[in-house]
Amino acid sequence: MARRHVSTRVNGEPVEFLCEPHQTLLDVLRDELQLTGTKEGCGTGDCGACSVMLDGRLICSCLALAAEVEGAEVRTVEGIASGNELHPLQRHFLEEAALQCGICTPGFLVAAKALLDGNPDPTEREVRFALAGNLCRCTGYDKIIRAVLDSAAELRGEA
Amino acid sequence: MNGSGYEAPRTVEETVTLLQQANGAARVLAGGTDLLAQMKMGMTSPALLIDVKKIPELASIEQTADGGFRIGAAVCGAALAEHAALVAAWPGIVEAARLIGSEQIQGRASLGGNLCNGSPAADSVPALIAAGATCTIAGPGGTRSVAVEDVITAPGKTCLATGELVVDFRLPPRPDGSDARAAKAGDAYLRMIPRSEMDIAIVGAGVSLTLDEAGVCTAARVGLGAVAATPLRVDAAAAALIGTTLDDAALAAAGEAASAAARPIDDKRGTIAYRKQVAGVLTRRAAKIALARAGGNG
Repeated sequence: MARRHVSTRVNGEPVEFLCEPHQTLLDVLRDELQLTGTKEGCGTGDCGACSVMLDGRLICSCLALAAEVEGAEVRTVEGIASGNELHPLQRHFLEEAALQCGICTPGFLVAAKALLDGNPDPTEREVRFALAGNLCRCTGYDKIIRAVLDSAAELRGEA
Repeated sequence: MNGSGYEAPRTVEETVTLLQQANGAARVLAGGTDLLAQMKMGMTSPALLIDVKKIPELASIEQTADGGFRIGAAVCGAALAEHAALVAAWPGIVEAARLIGSEQIQGRASLGGNLCNGSPAADSVPALIAAGATCTIAGPGGTRSVAVEDVITAPGKTCLATGELVVDFRLPPRPDGSDARAAKAGDAYLRMIPRSEMDIAIVGAGVSLTLDEAGVCTAARVGLGAVAATPLRVDAAAAALIGTTLDDAALAAAGEAASAAARPIDDKRGTIAYRKQVAGVLTRRAAKIALARAGGNG
């Protein structure tokens, strides 16, 4: 079975890899590129743990083929912080205990950043709907929603 | 997932050739939100996946010369919502497509995929039927235009032959509402699910209306989902609205016609009796929303 050569950009850096034709983007990120921040939860697009940005759109990387990202721009949770400085979302998740086991957290961060990039001042209802594709089985959602709203306020310069 | 092939052709012609050569062993990959999930669950194992998102006609939305729209079959739900003119002209279609899955799914899932997956409960399909949408199907013999309600033939089955794919959806022109004395139009889609978000419809109802300057309905179409083996076009419900101002009697008659046309099954999501009743309720409510959007006296 011929492996495919793919050239893409991940978190702004040019990246090349070889993949099987039907290998998922999630598997290549984790197993070939060692970007293990992106997690596998359900593997069928229901839980959002594998959320990444593909050409500016939020997607589940378990439901995309690695071969599809030829010439594309992929952004993962590893690209959210600036060097050693955490993004406000990451800081608020930590400070407000919006995580326990942490498996869902990268997906929540990527999805929350996608929301705030497009809507800097969401209502609580909008946050809940925007994050409805991300499942958390331990924290409960209230702390996550609060952390996102507080991050939004900080990013708007109100906190 | 095991499989030997992935191709990302740039033209419809190339895609048709690949589909023909594979002779049934290939599947068209648009957003992949149904297909890749089904492959992971072992429900299907196509040897070749043909990614159609790099074909310009499948990946674009445009207003046509007649004032209608051409929506590429692989355009994702999020992109539909970003097209202001489409949202203004066909809010019912966009709201139906936007009900499918999470924001992550919206970044990928397409109208073409929703239709060709063949689910009786596909949310965008009743709205497209109500709109009078046709789809352009390309194949070895050239292209043909098929009404959306004629594409799904049974659960999971479509009228597409080997070598064929859906290229785009065509929506007819709408009166734009700029002249207060001229005809106006509106559409709407509602569905019933047990949760508040992200579930499969127990019933879905799409309604599209055109009103004349006096507010009398001159044209109507009604589509129902999840109440039969395929999505339905319900002409009797539309006929109950045409010639009226959508007064309570007309709405009640349309609802009764929708309930009568529904021939659902009992399953874990709903009973036959419940689905028939809800088909009538949602048809009435969607008609009132479409009326309000058309500027009528809802």
